[in-house]
Amino acid sequence: MTVRDSTQPTDADLQIDPDAASAVGRPLPPGQGFFGRLLAAGRNVWRQLTSMRVALILLFLLALASLPGALLPQWSLNSAKTAQYLLDYPTMGPILDRLGLFEVFASPWYAAIYLALFLSLIGCVLPRSLSFIGQLRMPPVATPRKLSRLPHHHRLEVDGTSQEVAARIRAGLRGWRVEQRSELLAGVARGIALDVGGSAVVGANGAAEGETTAAADSDLAATTVLPNSALPNSALTISAEKGYLREVGNLVFHLSLLGLLIAIAVGKLVGYEGSVIVNTGSQFCSTSPASYDNFRPGLLVDGTEMVPFCVDLQNFHAAYTDQGEATEFAATVRYQAGADAGTDTWHDATLRVNDPLRMDGERLYLLGHGFSPHFQITYPDGSVRDYAEQFAPEPNDPNFTSEGAVKVTDPPGVTGDDIRKQQLAIVGIFAPTASVHGGIMTSSFPAANDPGVAIDIYRGDLGMEGGRSQSIFSIDTSQVDKGALVKQERTNLMMGESVTLDDGTKITFTGYNEWVSLQTSFDPAQVWALVSAVLLLSGLMVSLIIKRRRVWFRLRPAGRNDGVTSGDGTADRTVVEIGGLARTDQAGYGEEFSTLTALPEPGRR
Amino acid sequence: MNETMAQISDLAFEAALAGYVVALVCYAIELASRRGGDRGDAQAAGVASRAAQRGGTSTLTRTGGGSSGVTGNVAGGATGAIGLIAPLPTASWGVRFGRAAVVVTVVAVIANVVSVVTRGLAVGRLPLGNMYEFTSVICAAITICWLIVFARTGARTMGAFVMLPVVILAFVAGTVLYVPAAPVVPALNSYWKWIHVTTVALSSSVLMVSGAASVLYLLRGRYERRLAALRPSGGGGGNDIAGVRGFDAARPEVGSPAAEQAGAARTDRSLLGRLPSLATLDRIAYRTAIVAFPVYTFAVIAGALWAEVAWGRYWGWDPKETCAFVTWVIYAAYLHARSTAGWRGRRAAWISVVGFASIMFNLFFVNMVVSGLHSYAGLN
Ligand code: HEM
Repeated sequence: MTVRDSTQPTDADLQIDPDAASAVGRPLPPGQGFFGRLLAAGRNVWRQLTSMRVALILLFLLALASLPGALLPQWSLNSAKTAQYLLDYPTMGPILDRLGLFEVFASPWYAAIYLALFLSLIGCVLPRSLSFIGQLRMPPVATPRKLSRLPHHHRLEVDGTSQEVAARIRAGLRGWRVEQRSELLAGVARGIALDVGGSAVVGANGAAEGETTAAADSDLAATTVLPNSALPNSALTISAEKGYLREVGNLVFHLSLLGLLIAIAVGKLVGYEGSVIVNTGSQFCSTSPASYDNFRPGLLVDGTEMVPFCVDLQNFHAAYTDQGEATEFAATVRYQAGADAGTDTWHDATLRVNDPLRMDGERLYLLGHGFSPHFQITYPDGSVRDYAEQFAPEPNDPNFTSEGAVKVTDPPGVTGDDIRKQQLAIVGIFAPTASVHGGIMTSSFPAANDPGVAIDIYRGDLGMEGGRSQSIFSIDTSQVDKGALVKQERTNLMMGESVTLDDGTKITFTGYNEWVSLQTSFDPAQVWALVSAVLLLSGLMVSLIIKRRRVWFRLRPAGRNDGVTSGDGTADRTVVEIGGLARTDQAGYGEEFSTLTALPEPGRR
Repeated sequence: MNETMAQISDLAFEAALAGYVVALVCYAIELASRRGGDRGDAQAAGVASRAAQRGGTSTLTRTGGGSSGVTGNVAGGATGAIGLIAPLPTASWGVRFGRAAVVVTVVAVIANVVSVVTRGLAVGRLPLGNMYEFTSVICAAITICWLIVFARTGARTMGAFVMLPVVILAFVAGTVLYVPAAPVVPALNSYWKWIHVTTVALSSSVLMVSGAASVLYLLRGRYERRLAALRPSGGGGGNDIAGVRGFDAARPEVGSPAAEQAGAARTDRSLLGRLPSLATLDRIAYRTAIVAFPVYTFAVIAGALWAEVAWGRYWGWDPKETCAFVTWVIYAAYLHARSTAGWRGRRAAWISVVGFASIMFNLFFVNMVVSGLHSYAGLN
């Protein structure tokens, strides 16, 4: 550390910079007991952890550790893709998986980093705010001896006695905290200066104080000898400080960061999400995780304490432009939640995309929709049955061509082993507005203007008995490959049309209805996350906009500086020396400082 | 949809692109034409006059005899003007190119804004519905931000380095990313989306200017270090060295213009030496960053609000969200670095450059490559 760095009252002197302290580390006094050492070591670790440098490194680590979350597939987001990745990279994949790189945000090392960061944050910000409260009660610091060493410095001579000039300056310092002092004796003045310099260095450099204070001391002493002899008997000084709110902003910012983390954590613990597909005209009741097609519970959710609610999906409406672009999706529902559940009290609501239904705790989202074609099958024995099955819209097809399968596992009039020969499957696509080119049916518009289906009909063994679960949207093609399931017919049907198989089974495409996919989200801490985020933003803006800065004025009657005794005419001119220091970042103080330097001038106010 | 407006928009965009290219060439010519020698005096005059205009303390007129205060006074008074390249009384042809560059930039950015506005009118929505429109808005925002920076600092020699990415972006937008005007489903968009996308575009643009300043800071710092190594130690180089070491960068006012000019004269032989001073670059990087960072923070929050109404969770760590978070953390680190002893100056600049890279990555790579699978809200 050079003399120049340590003696200059830079921002480091005036702010509690835990860095300097931890950077050096307090050497252990010899002969301390074990516990003393342990305590000291602990304190040292703590001091390291709460230093700005470590905070910086932890911030970096956090950013770095998040990256795989963006670049690698994640189990929680897309398990299919993650599984595929593992297949594609059989050597690296499992290693990455064991390291938790496919589940970054739930991995212990990620938690370790952010916990360390927040520990560091608490350890850094709390002491800082305590000392800030202390500072609030104290007057602005005394004027440093050598204003010329400050980053901003100016010197001028103006008309008026010291008192008059001081009054002018103070009038101009509205909004600043101001303290006027007089430096009566050279010795006293020097004491103050040393005190300022010294204590500042101690505050900043804790451990290094031996070295640096000495340096500061000798430097100040050496340089004060000369002017001391020439010092006038009295000088007025004005210390002023502004921008205390910045510390408040900084504090609010960091604390709400903590609040945000806690809110997120609570949400992850007690919140849940569930998704379900509901046909128009039917009801859905959320009573347990089992009522959902897919349920993602928080860590503390076992499904026993879910508050039930019911939704009755009355109608779904989609509107499109002539070009087939959706302009509205709306589901008309009745719902009952909280105390109403199970009663006859229903509330009307409309669910729209981007406009969820907010019940007492749960939120209900309309996430998607699709079609369920209806088929009527007349069996050879004369019995007639109706079937409706949800078809899945093909991804990326704006016209909602949908794929699916209707599976008849228990054809009527068939018993015993014959069942496995007589099962039926209708597999294919549903086109809401069917257009057929060269025998191939596609959809030309997303609304159900002229629905059609293009289907393959299979008979045989669907292969459902093995206990293996099948997708509801397709058949097990291995059964087809084995010859157990045989294609009987391939045809396109418009609404009302039918096809008859060789055994007399008649299949009619009778119509369709629509389904919607709903998602329930429950996160009681969400509102606190929002509150934290708003506070965070406000605190950040305050702390970035407001600059904490100090300015000092030293006023001396002109002429005495050179040792010339004051004549009658010189006493009413005053030499003003001005020093300025912005506590955190100097960028931007310059302009303001140049207006401050004009304060002593007469006629400004 | 309004075809005329769409055509005007396309024409205006081409005009803007042409303008940006011309401006870039002019800035580059000015940069290449700056010669040392007599520059020093002229700059000093410029600095002094600018300081006087600011109502500050023109040392030369006010200080009188107190010789001990002179350096400090200059430093105080010329605060805003360090690194300022003031217009010369007799402009050389290089400077004329520089001024022309500014004029062309203004014209081009007006064309760009016209293009954006007419596009919006043509499609009847905010013109931020696809990567072409998004990039066009970013080009305009970067350029406007640069003009503001220029008006405040006069750091015209930085122009070439801001216009270069703008030209690249505008070119890519006009060729690869271009899509004809078409309305996008207005009813399906939450207004949070528009707020989010707009603030992301604006803050990212400003952060790009910040990143450009930091890149230049590093280049110039390296150059000055090499120069300092060549120079016999001591003398007037002290300030340069201190600045490069990173101690004084956060306190640009410490360096006295006299020393700066001495340095400038010596460093003027390289292109890098003609860049704005380290102090100016540092200040540009920091000031733009602290303007953009809260806006970016707000943009992320707006994105979370949008996600909450659209997908049922405010944060889900999908690639786009993760990248936004990473960028945010990097800029938080940048602001931290600036108040951490030993991290000011060069290291802080490096962090800013990393943040810049992360923004570019997020805007372009993630939108176009990664989130192709995530189908992000019309921006692909
Ligand atoms: C959790 C991650 C953190 C984030 C995202 C963060 C973010 C920020 C930001 C954006 C600022 C700039 C605002 C300003 O200049 O007033 C700032 C300032 C600050 N942070 Fe943090 N911070 C984090 C953790 C910490 C930790 C762990 C510490 C303590 C070691 C800390 C101490 C400070 C201090 C002292 C300042 C004020 C610096 C100054 O006076 O200029 N922060 N922080």
